[in-house]
Amino acid sequence: MSEPVEKFLCVVNGKQQIMEVPDNTLLLDWIRTDLGLTGTKQSCEVQVCGVCTVLVDGVPVSGCTTLAYEARNSNVMTIEGIRGTAFYQRAEEIFMRHSAVQCGFCSPGFILTVFTLVNAGRKLTEHEIKQALHGNLCRCTGYKSIFEAAIEVINSEVGLGK
Amino acid sequence: MSAPTIDERDLRVESGAVGVNHDRIDGPSKISGKAQYVGDLNVPGMLYGKVFRSQIAHGRITRLDVSIAEAMDGVVAVLVGSDLTDIDPFYGHAIRDRPIVALDRVRFVGEPIAAVAAKTMAQAEAAAKSIIVEFEVLPVAADLDTALAADAPIIHDGKTAAGFAHGLGNLPDRDGNICYSYSLNTGDLGSVTSADNIVVDHEYIFPAVYQYSMETHAVIAEHTGTEIRLWANCQHPFLVQSEIATLFNLPISSVRINVPYLGGGFGSKSYTKMEPIAAALARKAMRPVRIVNEVSESMVTTRRHNMKCRMVTTAKSDGELVSRDVQIWLDTGAYADNGPRVTATAGDAATGPYRWQATQVRAHCVYTNTAPSGSYRAFGATHLQWVGESQVDEIARRAGLDPLEMRRRNLLRRGEVVRVNGKPLDADLIGDIEKVAASLGWGEERKQNRGKGISVGLLAAGAHPVSMASVRMDATAGVSVLVGSTEMGQGTRTVMAQIAAQVLTVPMSTVSVPEADTRFTPYDRSTGASRSTTVAGKAVERAALAVLALLLETAGQIFGVADVSNLDVVDGSITDGKLSKTFSQIIKKRFGFVGGELIGHGEVKPEGGSGSYEEGPVFWEVCIAGAEVEVDKNTGVIKIIRTSSVADVGQAINPAQVERQDEGATLQGIGNALFEEILYSSEGDLLNDSLLDYRIPTILDMPETMNCIIVENGDGPGPFGSKGCGEGALAAIPAAIVNALGDIGIEMYELPLTPERVWKRIQEIQEIQKSK
Ligand code: FES
Ligand code: FES
Repeated sequence: MSEPVEKFLCVVNGKQQIMEVPDNTLLLDWIRTDLGLTGTKQSCEVQVCGVCTVLVDGVPVSGCTTLAYEARNSNVMTIEGIRGTAFYQRAEEIFMRHSAVQCGFCSPGFILTVFTLVNAGRKLTEHEIKQALHGNLCRCTGYKSIFEAAIEVINSEVGLGK
Repeated sequence: MSAPTIDERDLRVESGAVGVNHDRIDGPSKISGKAQYVGDLNVPGMLYGKVFRSQIAHGRITRLDVSIAEAMDGVVAVLVGSDLTDIDPFYGHAIRDRPIVALDRVRFVGEPIAAVAAKTMAQAEAAAKSIIVEFEVLPVAADLDTALAADAPIIHDGKTAAGFAHGLGNLPDRDGNICYSYSLNTGDLGSVTSADNIVVDHEYIFPAVYQYSMETHAVIAEHTGTEIRLWANCQHPFLVQSEIATLFNLPISSVRINVPYLGGGFGSKSYTKMEPIAAALARKAMRPVRIVNEVSESMVTTRRHNMKCRMVTTAKSDGELVSRDVQIWLDTGAYADNGPRVTATAGDAATGPYRWQATQVRAHCVYTNTAPSGSYRAFGATHLQWVGESQVDEIARRAGLDPLEMRRRNLLRRGEVVRVNGKPLDADLIGDIEKVAASLGWGEERKQNRGKGISVGLLAAGAHPVSMASVRMDATAGVSVLVGSTEMGQGTRTVMAQIAAQVLTVPMSTVSVPEADTRFTPYDRSTGASRSTTVAGKAVERAALAVLALLLETAGQIFGVADVSNLDVVDGSITDGKLSKTFSQIIKKRFGFVGGELIGHGEVKPEGGSGSYEEGPVFWEVCIAGAEVEVDKNTGVIKIIRTSSVADVGQAINPAQVERQDEGATLQGIGNALFEEILYSSEGDLLNDSLLDYRIPTILDMPETMNCIIVENGDGPGPFGSKGCGEGALAAIPAAIVNALGDIGIEMYELPLTPERVWKRIQEIQEIQKSK
């Protein structure tokens, strides 16, 4: 009972990929299983926890509730694509300094969210940063260190709003 | 823990590895997404497994038909109970009450009945859906009251089979649905009551809670006929190894477990969980299989016990505590899991660290037709501390005493007996609670609708003190630390590296701590009970000292000195004051060759006695915190203004990691106190089995101020006088919040403190006040 499969193109982290999966395949499964990019994690599967966050044409989406099909012919960016950037280097250094990582399962998702906030280029207040991070869960850290690290990253990239 | 082979030199001065906020050695690989968890691993030929679970809470299986599933595309094997006739399929470290898959009966919604292995996940899921099962439905006991009733359906028949690692002496036989009871008595309760005593007597309810480690349970299993390999996110690989070996009739060494990074544990991955079903499925498929739970499946794999408790505390009119009488019923679900140990620990926590004339504790572990309950961070202590501490506060109010003064008068002092025959108190509780009170601005004028609360407790920590470690130093003086503690976010690999670096006076960058692999990593009982730094860390310290002893031995020959205590170890070199040789020069000299390595072994075992539960604990983990809360009396909504916790750690190996532990535990404590609750219907259906309905704290639930006070009295049994941490705040925070509410007249007897519950209680209290 194999389902009919159509082929699509999709650029993932700057590399062209052929998407050839049943049309009910989740974007998260395609990225993790077919492409072997396991930096994007899976947890709640209901768009609550944020560990599956990826960027589709620059917009953060939950890979667990997005069909791979919806990302056809678009640019997908995962933690593996962000890793090499200057932004990432600074963010990692700041997250490390705040010891804002424990088990690390949530970390790539937080980095993606902070990356999106920085990319928006708008100065955010601490309150706005907190609101923006509330779609990412972390069960280990108690958030304090992540919040402080995120504020520092955003401040150093685009400055903070008043 | 007995003396090591050479003197435990205080090397703190020479090398600054301990007591310093070293970067986590696994931090960059985790932040960048390179770190791999079980669900990220692939083994050649690997299949995908899907478990088929019961939809009813109690019933006899009358028909199980997997023929459609077996014929489906990509399906390699379907495991059912009848595949297990050649082995004794029951497991359970405390009580062997649980079959690998249901044999003829199911006892909770979510119990595994069958499992499919297929070439893709989609195929496995589709096949699992096609399985047909029919039941003769049995009466359900989905809560404690029903399970304890005289006419309750009995969930397990036959004799109680003791598990291999319950560690609680002789397990008595079941009494109805009570699978284990723990009692603790001191003095004579009858003789201490007097007419003018203050008596506080209430019943309390504590909810079932989901640990929610963000990474769900996951395991890859391979069964070659003579060997089982597992890649599992288990906290206790060596206990799992021995349980799997027993199940499948293999020598322990024929089971090999690799433990990559864990995406959180918090107790949910302690002991054996998904490993038996994965191994049995792989055995049938004759290929490796990976099973990764969904959240809804991990929720029914293990949870925290809900509890009912009746407590009576009496005191003299001046606030001097006299007696406490406690009855506890813990809902362990359909299988015991770690319930007996949770029950004993709850019993120990019930009397609190106070001086009594008489106490009586009876704690019961009860089967119900719900998902099995096991360990969750600070188990037992979290259950009881808010109960006991809210009674202490009620007494203080009635005696007209400040809660802090109440505790000063009644708390145990260092060296006093906590539990008869057990370890005496090894901490300064009054000093700790005073620090917390000060940081909350204790005694300052109260703001409207705001209350402050403090709480004190102890948690029996360390589990059984058996750990081994090896430290290897290669010819370039690179160090690897082989230790079984699993890295689940607590930072154990970094801490172990710091301990080894400190002893050996080498830079952190030269020390690596690979994942636990039972084939090469020496035995370590478990990762939990705040034991890794203290117990496994001690083994690492001893292993590193053993390497140092080898280096000194060769250096002694080089320098021609008989007494190596005249030599100094400085920054990776040994010197006699005139000449200095690096470690790698010494190693080269030892072997006369460019290769070779030094291997040191470290061992920790019970100092005296058997290391049994009664003799313990290894140390008393201090559970002390305070909170300031604000209540909206119109809505019942609670806001946590600030929290403060004490990490009484003896010596912080990595202070930043200690703080992160307390902050994480604080948020879990807030979730547990304010809103986390697993809900069951009377039919045993789990009503909130996703994170849409089961809410855990987000960043918006973080208190405005979260303060962790590290106390270093050098009084721990671990390396450099350290002792474990990370659980205390979870036990202490709910109690502090409840007491903060009590401070403004809202005494609560049921958690979580949902707005509805708090609002109703406010109305109730207003009614009572009106009628007076
Ligand atoms: S797994 Fe997608 S949001 Fe949780
Ligand atoms: S570090 Fe473990 S979930 Fe965030």
